[in-house]
Amino acid sequence: MNITIDNKKIQLKEGMSILEAALSNNIYIPHICYHPDLKPVSVCRLCMVDVKGKGLTVSCHTPIQEGMVVKTRSTEVDKVRRLSTQLLIVNNLSGKARRDQNKQNELLKIAKYVGITKEDLKRFRISKKKYAIDSSNPFFDRDMNKCVLCGICVRTCEEIERLGAIDFLFRGYDTTIGTFANKPLKESICEACGECLVRCPTDALRLKKPQNPDSKVRSTCVYCGVGCGIYLWVRNKKIVSVSGDRDNPVNRGILCVKGRFGFDFIHHPERLRSPLIKKKGKFVKASWKEALDLVAEKFSYCKSDDFAALSSAKCANEENYLMQKFTRAVMGTNNIDHCARLCHAPTVAGLVQSLGSGAMTNSISEISRAACILAIGTNTTAAHPVIALKIKEAVQNGAKLIVANPKEIDLCRHADIFLQHRPGSDVALLMGIMRVIVEKGLIDKPFIEKNCENFQAFEEALDSFDLDFVEKATDVPRKKIIEAACFYATRKPAAIFYAMGITQHTHGTDNVLATSNLALLTGNIGKPSSGVNPLRGQNNVQGACDLGALPNVYPGYQKVNDADVKEKFETAWGVSLSDKIGLTHLEISDAIYNGKIKMLYLMGENPILSEANSRHVEKALKRLEFFVAQDLFLSETAKLADVVLPAASFAEKDGTYTNTERRIQRVHKAIDPINGTKPDWWIICEIAKRLKAKGFDFTHPREIMDEIALLTPSYQGISYARIEDIGLQWPCVSSEHPGTQFLHAVKFATKNGKGKFIPLKYRAPAECPDKEYPLILTTDRSLYLFHTSTLTRRVKGLDALNPQELLNINPKDAACHGIDDGEIVQIISRRGKIKVRTKLTDICPPGVVSMTFHFSESPTNVITNSAMDPVAKIPETKVCAVQIKKLRK
Amino acid sequence: MNFDELKNTAKKEWKELESSNKPLLLVGNATCGHSAGSSDVLDVFRERVKKLDIDCNIIEVGCIGLCYAEPIVCIKKPSKPIICYANVTSSKAAELVDKYLLKDDLLLNYALGTIGDGEIKGLPDLFQTPVFQPQVRVILRNCGFIDPTNIKHSLANGGYAGFVKALSLEPDKIVEEIKKSGLRGRGGAGFPTWRKWQLCRDVKEKEKYLICNADEGDPGAFMNRSLLEGDPHSLIEGMLIAGFAIGAKEGYIYCRAEYPLALERLRIAIKQVQELGLLGNNILDSGFKFHIKIKEGAGAFVCGEETALIASIEGNRGMPCPRPPFPAISGLWKKPTIINNVETLASVAFILQKGADVFSRYGTKDSKGTKTFALVGKVKKTGLVEVPFGVTLRKMIYDIGGGVLKDKTFKAIQTGGPSGGCIPKDLLDIPVDYDSLKTAGTIMGSGGMVVMDENTCMVDFAKFFLDFTQKESCGKCVPCRLGTKQILEILNDITEGKGKEKDIDLLSELSETVKAGSLCGLGQTAPNPVLTTIRYFRKEYESHIKDKKCPAGVCKPLIQYSIDEVKCIGCGVCKKACPNKAISGEKKKPHKINKSKCIKCNVCFDVCKFGAVKII
Repeated sequence: MNITIDNKKIQLKEGMSILEAALSNNIYIPHICYHPDLKPVSVCRLCMVDVKGKGLTVSCHTPIQEGMVVKTRSTEVDKVRRLSTQLLIVNNLSGKARRDQNKQNELLKIAKYVGITKEDLKRFRISKKKYAIDSSNPFFDRDMNKCVLCGICVRTCEEIERLGAIDFLFRGYDTTIGTFANKPLKESICEACGECLVRCPTDALRLKKPQNPDSKVRSTCVYCGVGCGIYLWVRNKKIVSVSGDRDNPVNRGILCVKGRFGFDFIHHPERLRSPLIKKKGKFVKASWKEALDLVAEKFSYCKSDDFAALSSAKCANEENYLMQKFTRAVMGTNNIDHCARLCHAPTVAGLVQSLGSGAMTNSISEISRAACILAIGTNTTAAHPVIALKIKEAVQNGAKLIVANPKEIDLCRHADIFLQHRPGSDVALLMGIMRVIVEKGLIDKPFIEKNCENFQAFEEALDSFDLDFVEKATDVPRKKIIEAACFYATRKPAAIFYAMGITQHTHGTDNVLATSNLALLTGNIGKPSSGVNPLRGQNNVQGACDLGALPNVYPGYQKVNDADVKEKFETAWGVSLSDKIGLTHLEISDAIYNGKIKMLYLMGENPILSEANSRHVEKALKRLEFFVAQDLFLSETAKLADVVLPAASFAEKDGTYTNTERRIQRVHKAIDPINGTKPDWWIICEIAKRLKAKGFDFTHPREIMDEIALLTPSYQGISYARIEDIGLQWPCVSSEHPGTQFLHAVKFATKNGKGKFIPLKYRAPAECPDKEYPLILTTDRSLYLFHTSTLTRRVKGLDALNPQELLNINPKDAACHGIDDGEIVQIISRRGKIKVRTKLTDICPPGVVSMTFHFSESPTNVITNSAMDPVAKIPETKVCAVQIKKLRK
Repeated sequence: MNFDELKNTAKKEWKELESSNKPLLLVGNATCGHSAGSSDVLDVFRERVKKLDIDCNIIEVGCIGLCYAEPIVCIKKPSKPIICYANVTSSKAAELVDKYLLKDDLLLNYALGTIGDGEIKGLPDLFQTPVFQPQVRVILRNCGFIDPTNIKHSLANGGYAGFVKALSLEPDKIVEEIKKSGLRGRGGAGFPTWRKWQLCRDVKEKEKYLICNADEGDPGAFMNRSLLEGDPHSLIEGMLIAGFAIGAKEGYIYCRAEYPLALERLRIAIKQVQELGLLGNNILDSGFKFHIKIKEGAGAFVCGEETALIASIEGNRGMPCPRPPFPAISGLWKKPTIINNVETLASVAFILQKGADVFSRYGTKDSKGTKTFALVGKVKKTGLVEVPFGVTLRKMIYDIGGGVLKDKTFKAIQTGGPSGGCIPKDLLDIPVDYDSLKTAGTIMGSGGMVVMDENTCMVDFAKFFLDFTQKESCGKCVPCRLGTKQILEILNDITEGKGKEKDIDLLSELSETVKAGSLCGLGQTAPNPVLTTIRYFRKEYESHIKDKKCPAGVCKPLIQYSIDEVKCIGCGVCKKACPNKAISGEKKKPHKINKSKCIKCNVCFDVCKFGAVKII
């Protein structure tokens, strides 16, 4: 399309607005309410131009047309533009602000462009309204005195966050922007993500502590498994702020509250700055040499299976690789595990069995184009906020959303169907849905015949899931089950998303298999925007699994008891290796308790808060002969260690994380390690070298990745050079391979290439409510905190947004117990008791209460059940029976 | 029952009512009647006829148009013409029962005239009096004569015949008929109705919507309200026709919640139409399906703007969006949507009932048909008026309106509400049509007409409307939100004697920018009252600014009260009435006003019977 702007002939694609056309050709047209991420609203009226034959035209809202002749200035245009600018300045910029030419204020830029003088402004009457500054949000202030009401914040919250926490209020000159009932931000549904803040063209939304960073470094967010691309902004060797990386295909620059504001922990005064050695029950500062020597000496006395290592899903791929290599090659045991055991062990165990690969089948960028989404056992808006945005976007694009959750979570607001099933009844619910699909003839027969096996056995298993039974087992009305089944089976592509609500059960593996059965049954796999999509919790839990921080597999899920594999690694590492499958997380705790394991090397984990029945873990750890903990902070668990090694944070080292969609992304060193700390990879190497081990002479994580690529088939094509800017998704099998956007496109990753149906039986949770313990406790997450809060509660603002544990309880249950909102009660299970404050809410159905596990003051896992899934060995943290005791006032 | 049977039953009942040997009482009980006390009057009638055991039919009807004469009661006794009684109070009502219903005393001194066939000596035919003579009754033909809560009254008077006729036509033919009629949108802008419909028809979409804009928000305008209260079926019929023509299955009536009576009558009407099978699924077995929902607006003026109205129906804050796309292409729920004003749709019903030719017989070349107006302000006979386009303003004010109140001098007339402008004395002979009003710097608007006399200050008047539009601006776009505020502040200053020399230029500059730069119709027309008052009454602005005087004596800071020593007889009434003890003087001697104590409340001016208190 050819148009002319200011006598310049321009060729452009159709569909652009005049403003976009001009800006993309470096022709400036003043504007303040336009933002490339948002729909144009043309309220500032500054972008008006003169279009030949049309006269005054709003350029942000008018699409270009063939042969259009545009003048960005004319007498008429200038008249409107000048006066509007003058009015805005008179209203929104104090004299002081007008003189401050350094301010990043669009209005000043425009004033300069149109050339406004003092005399111009003197003509006007000024009767400015005074607004009190809303400083309730811990990270940024809202100053409506500076607001030009461009509405970018309102539209951001609506169009990007799909939250609608703010809107225009009142009318005429009194128009302002505020929350529902004009309350402070903190009291509203605002999630403090700061997306409005970064788009505000004036100073109305501003950081509490504005920073002027001097450089930025590309990195990856350290919180959840979404793996958002970020920039760390540095000033004076300090990380001062974080922004989203707009080029990153995962988040396209969008961040959640933790991702944007959760980084104060890096320079927190409580960071460990020196190794500590416990002498006579007290920690004493030690030099690195002293500490490492001691560790090496102790470890050298340790017989292979007396040793265990707990690796970390917070640490980089390279570090996890080294940790398992150290455990296997140096210590001679497969006793290595990490927190994936407590979250997605059933995913790995289950999906490997049915699909051949235990990872998210599809990609984040595909979500918005799904026609149907089943979100089961995932509180996505709290635990994976940026993926939740994609789900909401899909809904906006017309997708049907089915939410299955025992609690009426926030995502339900966007759902077409909400299945509120009883905790632990997932197999019944999903098999019931599948039975409806089979009965209604909605299965994808050609797909099943061509690509799957074991269908008949599976079909027979459906016999025991008639809807009478399913209704009874799940508490979900059959009408809804049928409706959900029809939506899922007929609206393609349909994608399943799940998280801990599926896995943290004694039948977690069955739950996972139920999801893969469902996808296979309808052919919703191996295609874009479909699949089975486990949402991984930690930033690098996918990578830690991929790289063999598991007791049964080497990197790339190569089995330790496979002779060929063993030989491959023995050759590569130049040592002989054990083919005995090691112990899992909880088994390690038990073995320590029973005196079978004597030494533990723990890297970046806090099992005292994260492991079910945690009092038992605590007792066990106290029985260790020698315990090394490696962490940023002296966590609840590290306090029990004999030696504590202070590690560098992600901002202080290089490495890679693998996110939930299998994308291997770079973490770049932005600052030197805080004085006294060392990167985890360096520490492991130092210990190994002291034990005379070979193959630990690394000088940079890049070299570790090269070794990983040699030994890990799915990572074969990965090298730092390739992923410097944008990560690649495994499998990436050669240096030319582009990575894999979605799995199972041609055939399944199973041995025979077929997807396997698995017949399932319904099993109730290990502990069901009874007379003595009448309520079910299920665990949940807060948007503002992460895991055991070692990091997030060291960020003042995040702590302020969610300062204490709350027991969510239905008002009916509360009434039965005579409990008020905000009252402190005791919650008791067969394993322990804790005190906690109540929150009366309909989010929980009667009979179900919930808590997070972010708080050491009320450590939820003291009461959770450590009964395990027989296959994946994951404890059932999602269901346990509890009673509530009112404390005497 | 098919439609003919429905119609015939209704006609039969209507005829029985008309030719009954029982007296028939039509009591005007629309909002204008209400506020004048018609409910009390109605109670008196009912109680009294019951007490005296008089067998008669009492029907509540809508407004006949003579608001100044409310409560109005029309009484038809067998073998007598209908007599229209004005300003009926409770005692007059009792008297009417006792003397006219029971006996045969016509009580002519309470009567305005007769209506319809028959003559009564000494009483004019109401429709031949100067108030009605220039008027026609097309849109308002049923108002004041039928019971708006009884669909049979509508059916008996031709109601829904137009819709039934439409059902037998191809939608294209209906559009053609509307085109032939020359009907232009009555909401203000005057866009040809057929063209709007055609635009919508041309969009290939299964779902389309029709919205009736009943968000009448201009201060002093009540044309739509009266029609909804007096004859809601003419709107519903118009909506059915429009819905059928454009291919909509669902219609909304967006009506302000401040119109409780109109809403009540609409609800009753919709229920009755549904019950007769004229609204709903498969209407009259034609396969046409149409439903009507009522959406109550919360009274934001801007929600009369089409896109804001749509936002409001969708449950969002009522704020306009930039166009295109026009609602006819993408409107409610992003589907093609036609938004027509109440009067437009009522006209559609008339056109289909009586034919485009009958409709286009009225009016001028480019403004066909009739238009209703709310004639208010400083005029003797305020009320609801319907005239063919082309009548002069002079006729409107002096014949229909009976001239300026208290026979003061006419100064200006404001048309089109806050979006319109004022027209001075010199232009009183221009015809009332879309284009002539535009040339004069104002607009037709939805039909508000405010008459101003010599005691109106034009700066103060402009300030009044700007205060309104400024408060009602949605606040979205900069020129409207900040520009109208700035204009208002300047006008405030001028009326307070703080005007600066260049303020008139600044006002013009601001006004032109707000007009050119604003996003929606509200802002684009908001400065009209300022621009027209500057255009026609610039001198008044100048005397406020330069001489610090308000020639009309309205702007308090610019006036002073004094007592004319010659005229004052020293009666002491003003002294007694002054709330601030600012007046002193001995009995029977001229009094004086202490200017430092005077709070300019105007009480002394009002109470003086000798014209001795002067405003200077």
